[in-house]
Amino acid sequence: MLSFVIRRLGTMALTMLCLTMIVFFLINLEPNLKKLAISQTEMHTSAEQLEGWLANHGYRQNFFVRYGQWLGVLPKQPVTDPTTGKPAQRFTFCNDPVVPTFSGVLEGDFGCSTKFKATVASKLFPALGATGILMFWVLAVMVPISLLIGILAGMREGSRTDRVLSVASIASTATPEYVSGVIFTVIFASWLGWLNGSAASASQGITFYNFTLPVMTLAIYGIGYIARMTRASMVEVMTQQYIRTARLKGLSFGSVVVKHALRNALIAPFTVIMLQFPWLLTGVVIVEVMFRYQGFGYTLVEAAGNNDIDLLLGCSLVSVFIVLITQLISDVGYAFLNPRIRVQ
Amino acid sequence: MQVEYISAVNVVLGVLSRFWPVWIALVIVMGASFAYKKKLALYGQLFDSGVGIVGVGICLFWLFTAIFAATISPFDPLAQVPIMKDVLPGGIEPQSGLVYLFGGDKLARDVFSRMVYGSQIVLIIAPAATGFALMVGITLGLPAGYYGGKIDTVLSFLANLVLAFPVILLFYLLVTPGIMDTPIPYALAGVFFLFPIIFFSVLFWTRYKNRPDRIYILLGLTLVIGGWIYVGLVFDRDPLHIVHIDPNQLNIFVAVVFASSPGVFRIVRGLVMDIKTRDYVAAAQTRGESPWYIMLWEILPNARGPLIVDACLRIGYTTILLGTLGYFGLGLAPESPDWGTAIKDASRLLRSFIHPALPPTIALMSFVLGLNLLADSLREQSMKD
Repeated sequence: MLSFVIRRLGTMALTMLCLTMIVFFLINLEPNLKKLAISQTEMHTSAEQLEGWLANHGYRQNFFVRYGQWLGVLPKQPVTDPTTGKPAQRFTFCNDPVVPTFSGVLEGDFGCSTKFKATVASKLFPALGATGILMFWVLAVMVPISLLIGILAGMREGSRTDRVLSVASIASTATPEYVSGVIFTVIFASWLGWLNGSAASASQGITFYNFTLPVMTLAIYGIGYIARMTRASMVEVMTQQYIRTARLKGLSFGSVVVKHALRNALIAPFTVIMLQFPWLLTGVVIVEVMFRYQGFGYTLVEAAGNNDIDLLLGCSLVSVFIVLITQLISDVGYAFLNPRIRVQ
Repeated sequence: MQVEYISAVNVVLGVLSRFWPVWIALVIVMGASFAYKKKLALYGQLFDSGVGIVGVGICLFWLFTAIFAATISPFDPLAQVPIMKDVLPGGIEPQSGLVYLFGGDKLARDVFSRMVYGSQIVLIIAPAATGFALMVGITLGLPAGYYGGKIDTVLSFLANLVLAFPVILLFYLLVTPGIMDTPIPYALAGVFFLFPIIFFSVLFWTRYKNRPDRIYILLGLTLVIGGWIYVGLVFDRDPLHIVHIDPNQLNIFVAVVFASSPGVFRIVRGLVMDIKTRDYVAAAQTRGESPWYIMLWEILPNARGPLIVDACLRIGYTTILLGTLGYFGLGLAPESPDWGTAIKDASRLLRSFIHPALPPTIALMSFVLGLNLLADSLREQSMKD
């Protein structure tokens, strides 16, 4: 087991290295650097001045050198001030070093956000915290509801309850966040006026009034999928011999479901819920933009829209890490929950 | 000047009558399907369940809407009539006397016509991109599952690499306006569009290599048609000027294929690993058939059930992806009538007007729902066998 986890962690590290390099390459494409230079200098700058700005801020160094600096395996060089000729900070608003230092992701320095004029860490981690709260509520709503729907539907395959719940879960998987968000806003905010169509005030304090719509929107897309997986797993368990034995023993249907079927039927949904995280990530971006909630997704869109290189790299590092770690947890957890599976 | 309105009942009747070519086509196709249901194999079995009929009906509805878009929509999707700005559903356009059935949006365009034309964009890109993703996934998934070993390790690692990318991040990186200045989208397109040609060439070669009368015709046709489309799509140099794709649409296309082919790869790989243990595969191996013959002519036909179901679901998922792209304003032109862009524009103004938001949302949802119902009923029917 231990060697399996270690091997997986190794693959994970390699994957992250490859992915960050791809992201680094794509963000640093020539047109993107041009856009960054234009947005960071004053209006109507000439092409030479743009080029000068890029060279001055170290964007013209070799690709691998810059990647190494970002990663923290090569020392970050201070820039030379063009007027005095002395070494100076790259970005004054981030306390960048004036002497060559190893200061990259491995040392815990995520770099400098050009859009927000602050360090990436000071923007990214509060945003992650805000998204964490959102995710907690989404999971708290999504998991119990979808498991309940799946179990009720799979308990008696082909019954009327099963049909209705199955079609309902198919409908929910056909409703992406930007569709359900609009429909819920129209119903609950515009017509009924019960809920707030914007979650901007949720950063100060979460209330039922401003937080229900984002949570509902985000949960609805996942509910259908998890419910269908739970149903399939439940249906399979209900045809097993030991369920029939328990029924023939004279146990009531309810107690067979709760005591014998449930535990075995919940192994598969655990994996599905874990693998649902990457999907939730896209949903988080849509919902946070739609309801103006200042979280991780909102930061990612701001970073991508403004070509904020270090911030976008930080965001991608975090999201890739989340995807990979949930895959690992789902694999390990599956082996842990299901005694029949033994990792070689 | 004041805009006059027609009543809500007339709006509903107007919408229904506007769709007349769709109703006629639907009646013909559904009627024919019912009549010959016994002879239509898997497609005919769909008509045995209510879910299947509804699924087929919804998909055909949007298919015919896309085909007859020019007849159905009363206005040009990009035409702006200043007086009709933000007009409520049922407003009469004074010049032509035609009705803005679902009202006008903030740029005074007809919401109904835009919804109808939006179906064209979705119904061209989504199935085509899914088709390419299937080709890429199958061509790479077959050897990975069949040979295993190093090929499998490398290809699976690459697939997992793409799958570990959050879709939204991938789109922000691959579908920016700036990237069209670099050769990346064209290089990716060049690689992806090669797969169908490879697939069909190998498919025909393995089967007919000992029959010169067939092989040269089939291979020639594949290479000529494939090469023609390839030149048109990747280099935009079609000598006949028929095959043409806008650079930004190519970019979207490539990004969507890139995002969804690893999923197909994983499914195909899993299916192949299961099927290759069967007796008929062993029989073919004993006969001395080549590995690619076994993969393409023994394993693939037996994997078609799950693949068809997955293709249906995947078209729906691609539609959702296209909507996501539109919602973030990536790739598609800002005035494009596709549903995602329309939802983005309308959702910013939900506080003042809700009517431009509802038609595209309901259109997108119903189309994906139709595909999901279709997939669900296909799965159930193929399990019965």
